[in-house]
Amino acid sequence: MTNPASSPPRIEALRDTEIAKPPRSQWRDVWDQFKIHKGALMGGGFLLFITLAVLFGNLVWDVDPKKLDIRNKDVRPIYTAIWDGDAKVSWARPLGTDNLGRDHLAQILAGGRASMAVGWAAMVLTMLIGTAVGVMAGFFRRLDGPLMRFTDLVLSLPILPLMLVAVTLFRQPLRANFGPETGMFILIVCVIGVTSWMQTARIVRGDILALKEREFVLAARASGTTARGIIFRHLLPNVMSPIMVSATLGLATAIITESALSFLGVGFPSDFPTWGKMLADAVPRMQEFPERVMLPGIMISLTVLSVNYLGDGLRDALDPRIRGR
Amino acid sequence: MLTYTIRRLVLSVPTLLFISLVIFLLLQLAPGDPMAQVPLTVPPEVKEKMREALGLGQPLHVQYWKWLVQMFWVEPKVFIDWLTTSSALLGWLPDTTLYQGELRVISWQTRSPVMDLIVQALPQTLTVVGTAYIVGILIAIPIGIYSAYRQYSVFDQAGTFVTMIGFSIPPFFTGPLLIVIFSVQLGWFPFIYDTTHRVTDWPSFVTQVKQMIMPVMVLALQTTAQISRFMRASMLDNLRQDYVRTARAKGLGEAVVVMVHVLRNSMIPVITIIALGVPSIFGGAIITEVVFSVNGIGSQLINALFANDLPLVMTVTFIFAMLIVLFNIIADVLYGVLDPRIRYD
Repeated sequence: MTNPASSPPRIEALRDTEIAKPPRSQWRDVWDQFKIHKGALMGGGFLLFITLAVLFGNLVWDVDPKKLDIRNKDVRPIYTAIWDGDAKVSWARPLGTDNLGRDHLAQILAGGRASMAVGWAAMVLTMLIGTAVGVMAGFFRRLDGPLMRFTDLVLSLPILPLMLVAVTLFRQPLRANFGPETGMFILIVCVIGVTSWMQTARIVRGDILALKEREFVLAARASGTTARGIIFRHLLPNVMSPIMVSATLGLATAIITESALSFLGVGFPSDFPTWGKMLADAVPRMQEFPERVMLPGIMISLTVLSVNYLGDGLRDALDPRIRGR
Repeated sequence: MLTYTIRRLVLSVPTLLFISLVIFLLLQLAPGDPMAQVPLTVPPEVKEKMREALGLGQPLHVQYWKWLVQMFWVEPKVFIDWLTTSSALLGWLPDTTLYQGELRVISWQTRSPVMDLIVQALPQTLTVVGTAYIVGILIAIPIGIYSAYRQYSVFDQAGTFVTMIGFSIPPFFTGPLLIVIFSVQLGWFPFIYDTTHRVTDWPSFVTQVKQMIMPVMVLALQTTAQISRFMRASMLDNLRQDYVRTARAKGLGEAVVVMVHVLRNSMIPVITIIALGVPSIFGGAIITEVVFSVNGIGSQLINALFANDLPLVMTVTFIFAMLIVLFNIIADVLYGVLDPRIRYD
């Protein structure tokens, strides 16, 4: 080691003119890129708003969504008064009531809670199965062939008909064992989870296949890390971004699928509101009360739209090749 | 290419067998009882006989084997007989009588062969779904081309937004939405699809078009959203290629460069996407058929499910599976045929 004082004078151009900034974390970069995408920002904000609204909305609007108030049935939403002065409206029922006098705003909040709960739970299950299959197929060469053949087989199953079959046929025993609401919840979450993990598995497998040939995995292996350690410490953190992107897609599909099942009449029991169920129940009388179709439909569409925009923004933000351009 | 096609077709046989086994076991595991609708006054021993008459008393593998035989041996014989006797295409062939009155797959609801029910429902589904798919593609491709050619223009941004909406709004909402706007408020189109309507002259053709517009638009929105995205991405990939610069440099007009050179190359992945999408649109048609009361194969499946009519459910689901496997093969083979860089062998 040479003494710094005795070293030759520094070259002028190499001297730092300002103090070096602390290194930026990866997530800071991701956030900076994410901020640029206005649609994604709005989508994320709206999703947060909806989630908070359905979680804590009943504290603000504490009307029981199942309470029948037959005297105040078929109240129109308050905004109907703008163009129809004779409409039956009431400030106590800002979004009107249904044909049994149940408050519509409270029902939308309760329905949203059910739809979002199913969506999040099914998405988490989908990601767990998809990641597990993808990691196993990508990491263990012996499992790759069988698991991927199996994925291809499941991909060629007709999903919607099979879901209908499964939900209709397994409704009775699950309801008997877990009660009507919990039983349906478990059934729908499982059915969606079991039928939509394939894309995630394929994406994860592809990324793992590429990652496990990289030097850092070799280094980890050389230093005696177990397969478990390599997967959890080195591989999984590196495939988080594609998983997050497909998680947003999974959330959107899960919400739509739950609503579709409810719409077709194989969803939750009749007194348990979900957005799809409210929409389906309102269709026969939509000539007189179009808002009962519109409001839940708009809620589903806006939620899914915001999730899709969020996914779009995440995809850009998490891709280091796009980031910083 | 031919060997590849044959290999895929041969490999599809075990795939389909596996799928049919999955569907069969799912239906068998399920606790639904086809005798549930029988009145309680019917004595148990009669019920037991009815159960046996439906073939329910036998072990699983016998039931599955019988279904396989009926589906792949008896039904083709009936089909060949029909081809040679009454079809317009092959009616000139000598009449065959392969079908000797063996038991076909019988629906528990109507006691008629399942295939007859499906053949009755198929034209409705095919008219609506087929038209919707073609309309969707015809709208999507120009949108995709123009969005890519003028990337980040107002048109492109608007197109992206519309496709996002097309992805996000489920068909069971767009259906009622269109009904509220066009049937209830404006009164332009009927909101129930009349399956008994026959097209004989111009006015009846207009009625048919009118009743088809709304279901077709609902289905086409989904197709358009998906395919215009792919078309845009594929065009963008190709527009940056060197051969495009070469074509421009040798003085070809912009129209020729885009519409001939780039478009032809961009269509390769899009065509495979189109082929892959055909089965999924049948699945989406289930909801649309329920919304507009189209008496097609999807609403038949729903009705059969609610009535616990397992043979019909099994057969319809299997037909969907067959379509998926078939179009997967078609997509892969088309990709190889269209793109000389792809070699499977």
